[in-house]
This record gives sequence, C-alpha cells and structure tokens, in this order.
Amino acid sequence: MRARVLVRLKPGILDVQGASVQRALHGLGFAEVQGLRVGKVLDLELDAPSGDTARRRVEEMCVRLLTNPVIEDYTVELLG
Amino acid sequence: MNFGVVVFPGTWSDCDFHYVIGEVLHQPVRYVWHRDNQLSDFDCLILPGGFSYGDYLRAGAVAGRSPVVEALPEFVAKGGVVLGSCNGFQILCESKLLPGALMRNECLQYRCQSTFLRVENAETPFTRSMRPGQTLKMPISHGEGKFYADAETLRRLRDQKQIVFRYASEDGRVVKDANPNGSLDNIAGVVNEEGTVLGLMPHPERASENAMGGTDGLLIFHSLLGSLVEDGSFLKR
Repeated sequence: MRARVLVRLKPGILDVQGASVQRALHGLGFAEVQGLRVGKVLDLELDAPSGDTARRRVEEMCVRLLTNPVIEDYTVELLG
Repeated sequence: MNFGVVVFPGTWSDCDFHYVIGEVLHQPVRYVWHRDNQLSDFDCLILPGGFSYGDYLRAGAVAGRSPVVEALPEFVAKGGVVLGSCNGFQILCESKLLPGALMRNECLQYRCQSTFLRVENAETPFTRSMRPGQTLKMPISHGEGKFYADAETLRRLRDQKQIVFRYASEDGRVVKDANPNGSLDNIAGVVNEEGTVLGLMPHPERASENAMGGTDGLLIFHSLLGSLVEDGSFLKR
C-alpha cells in the first residue's frame, strides 16, 4: 500500500521560511501572493492487511517520529 | 563526578565538552556512543551540539529516538542529571524530556556570536553557583534556536520557575535587541519540573577558558560539582 503524509506548521505559528519564500516571489513580480506557508510531503510504501491497519500504523508513525506535535499538524492519505 | 558525553553521527561539540571536563575540570569523562543504553556509571550525561543525523526531518528528531535517549528517563529517575546544549537541547525537546520545540531563527540567519544570558533560576543543580539576575557571557552557533511553546506551556514554565536563562543585554536587561533568534520570552534555557534536565542553546563548553573569551560556562560545571552530595545524589531544587 502507498501512503502520503502531509505535514504543516500549526495555524498561528510564525512560518519564517514561508514569509521568506513569499518575499522572493514578490521580488520576481508575483505581487498577488499572500499567506504562503511551507510544509512537507512524506510518501511511503507499507505492507498491511487492510487500509484501516495501514492508516492506523501510519498515524502512529506520525505521532512517534514523522511529525512534532508541538508545532506541526498532519494528514494521512492512502493512495491505494 | 562521572561525566558521559553522548555522541551521535553528526555531533560536533563532543570533543569540546570532553576536553573541558577532562582537561580543565579534571573530572572523569568518557564518550557514550548513541547505541549505548547502559548508563549507571554516570552522574551527569551531556548531549552536545552539532547536526546529529544531518538535522534530517527536524533537528534532533532522529537522535531523540535513539537507544541512549530512550534510556534517559530511567537514568534521571535513578538520580542522574542531563545537560543538553544546542543540538542537545533540540534532542531533549524532541524526546519530550523538556517541553517546547526549537524552530528556525526568526531572522533566518545562522547566528554565530556571543550572547549575554540573565540567570533566572539559581536553585537548580546547574545554576547553584550563580546569583539570580547574574549576567553570563556565552557563545551561540545555531540556525534553529528559536524556543517555542504554546501559551499554556509558557505559563507553566514561568509559574514553576523552569526558565533558567534568558537572552539579555550586557547589563542584564531582557530586551528584544538582545534576542538573537526570536525565542519566545527571550528563553535561552529551561529545566524540567524536577530541575534535573537542563537544555540551553548557548555553548558553555566554549566559554570555559580565558583563551576562548571567557569562563562563565564553567559556572554550570561548578554548580554541578557543588550540588553533588556525599551519598552521590544531587541537591535538587
């Protein structure tokens, strides 16, 4: 099975990297851009007897290592 | 007092700590490889600065789940103390031995400079040789040193006096100009509730000889040595 984890900074936490990227876009002439925030994508393959098991295992990976719950939110998507 | 200096792949301040503890303080010290979880020989474990695992995923994230770090709660419960500097502080927050998280410096620059720290709590084993309000000079060298915690955690840190060092001006004023990385409340170092685990972004091992520009870092080690009671336990808070 393939799973995709999207990791984002929690809303309300200052994203200095996003602000920097947004400034760079403005400098290139994309003045219309607002609210840019940078996250990350983790794609993985795993053996699992069912979609539910796969989802549960990936969520556990998110909590144990893949994300820092102090500052990050995540979503898990099964890609089939 | 027996010191152990933990080494992960990518650690770089291990030699500096080993040198200061062994050659300046003349205390027994040895390196502890990150896979080693037999820690009963030690009184104090050091998590040094560096870029363990290349800061992959998040700074300190992978090291925070290594065998030696997983063995730290039991080490501390049995009377040991832990000092984490820079990447060591990041590792302690990732492993939840300390609250909060260290994020990218707000200015986006890697800051390699001297800072002044105001001592906020002089009653921990790490700060007993200091006076509350004393100003220490210590260098920093980091790109991800902005301390963050949510409002409730910050309140608890303040109420329980877990904030140990704040960035300050040379005359000890905790002001925005003195904050090199945007840390909330100018926080430079915190302890756990029991006062037995200290994390700080500055490098005390680089402020332990006059040739390095100052010896204020030695005050942390003197506090530890002075806090050790005859039975081998530490005078806590």
